[in-house]
Amino acid sequence: MIAAQKAQPEKLAEVAREIRRCVVRMIGEAGSGHPGGSLSIVELVTAMFFGGMRHDPTNPQWMDRDRFILSKGHGCPTLYAVLAEAGYISKESLMTLRKLGSPLQGHPDKRFLPILEASTGSLGQGLSIGIGMALAARLDGRPSLTYVLLGDGEIQEGQIWEAAAFAGHHKLDTLIAIVDYNKIQLDGFLKDILNMEPMAAKWKAFGWETREIDGHDFDQIFQAIKPVSGRPLAVIAHTIKGKGVSFMENNPEFHGVAPTRDELEKALAELA
Amino acid sequence: MTYDLRMGMATRDAYGKMLVEIGREDPNVVALDADLSKSTKTALFGKEFPGRFFNAGICEANMVSMAAGLASCGKIPFISSFSVFLMNKGFDQLRMCVAYPGNNVKVIVSHGGISIGEDGPSQQSIEDIALACSLPGFIVNVPADEVATRALVRAAHAHRGPVFMRVGRPKTPIVYDEGEPFEFGKGKTLITGDDLAIVTCGGLVAEAIRAADALERIHSLYATVIDMHTIKPLDIELLVSAAKRTRAVIVAEEALPDGGLCSAVARCLAEHCPTPIAFVALPDAYAESGTPAQLLEKYGLNSKGIEAAALRLAKRKASACREQPVA
Repeated sequence: MIAAQKAQPEKLAEVAREIRRCVVRMIGEAGSGHPGGSLSIVELVTAMFFGGMRHDPTNPQWMDRDRFILSKGHGCPTLYAVLAEAGYISKESLMTLRKLGSPLQGHPDKRFLPILEASTGSLGQGLSIGIGMALAARLDGRPSLTYVLLGDGEIQEGQIWEAAAFAGHHKLDTLIAIVDYNKIQLDGFLKDILNMEPMAAKWKAFGWETREIDGHDFDQIFQAIKPVSGRPLAVIAHTIKGKGVSFMENNPEFHGVAPTRDELEKALAELA
Repeated sequence: MTYDLRMGMATRDAYGKMLVEIGREDPNVVALDADLSKSTKTALFGKEFPGRFFNAGICEANMVSMAAGLASCGKIPFISSFSVFLMNKGFDQLRMCVAYPGNNVKVIVSHGGISIGEDGPSQQSIEDIALACSLPGFIVNVPADEVATRALVRAAHAHRGPVFMRVGRPKTPIVYDEGEPFEFGKGKTLITGDDLAIVTCGGLVAEAIRAADALERIHSLYATVIDMHTIKPLDIELLVSAAKRTRAVIVAEEALPDGGLCSAVARCLAEHCPTPIAFVALPDAYAESGTPAQLLEKYGLNSKGIEAAALRLAKRKASACREQPVA
């Protein structure tokens, strides 16, 4: 069975809203975490597990599944919440985020949660891991696609461009990179710290197909993640950091700071 | 027991050939290199199995993480480059993608130590063993000759989990008879003597045998020689029994003395059997260009260096015995 068939956009919008509520509660409960970059990827991750990928929650180790790597590991509250919504982990476990003994570690950790495709948290490495998975599928003649969700600040890491060159050279058309282009990194705005524009042109120059979309629009996401033949695909997803919570939106202060009790209540009221 | 120590092939050559053999037996074996495959000898694998060989280009970090992705889908990647580049440029990737999740990646590096010679310190890997030993879950080993290399590459393939192995550029004397069995974590006592124990690995094993021979002939000192091919996990039982018998231990290693075999032996003996120890290793400095033999001579990493350390240690042992007579 291939579970989580593509749902209607209005249904997915409600799922996304629920994911956002979970994410702010999880981080609020934990007292630490990264709300801004978790909220910016809610639609992207939800789309992956609800129609975007071939996967089966009743058979997580299915060899022919598509792979999803959250290379920007600090966005993991969203991944955990989506995994719960898709039936991989219990919803009750979500509030154990970052607590001692929890499978939901501060950054994705395969040792504690084996259904994760990779342990991440040191930026810049997920695209390379994804290439390895795509190569393995090619060697074995499996149909698996590999999706890697990258942060926009993350692609400042040199290793990303080593990987981009390799995938372009080898025409790895089963590899899809999605850039969460929310324009903010820990210390401030990318344009002030290290501008990565022209974003799409960089990927094109490395031999990739590129598509630019609104990363909060499900229809655009589903259209954009369809692979093309003969070259890897980079989806530049324009997003809003902190999306859905007014005082977190486009606010660098909420990159890596948990909401206070009052802020949490205000956020949940907005997301009700 | 006597050793004729006839010259064999470089351990990198033995690695390259054995990798092809293992590749024939196991279709899940893949190899990756970072534009040094002619030197590391993974090119041999690439020639026979072009579909299972990936040249990453000069991108060590990407190579290590790609290997992790391959391993997590059931492949058994052997990744190689010069030790200095793979370990230093790929270290965070070894930590994040290999050691931490425990991925089944084999890190076989060539051109370790200063014995690569003329290319100089930028290419001489003197921190590699310490770096490898610092990674939780890694098996770390340095084979002494072509026979040991063949056996240990096979053991690396059979082991499920990360393995680091350093092979060398120069031709290396043959210590072992073909077919000698090897097991990770089980050192080899090559010569048994009661006056001191020389614990070493890699190319220095043959030098330790030569030093033991000279110590016996010229100074009537009888040395034990241990090939501690696996630095991690260390063969504690073998080391402690040799220390108890000889009460004097020399550790010889072609690397910095911190973090590798020297540190491992010192830590083990401090805990289990405090013993006077002398270290034959590189000083806290970068070396220079020169022929391999000139460099090893200058830095005391040969039989003469081990011999000199043994004589100093024998004096220390004698004075320690005078100060603290055995009850």
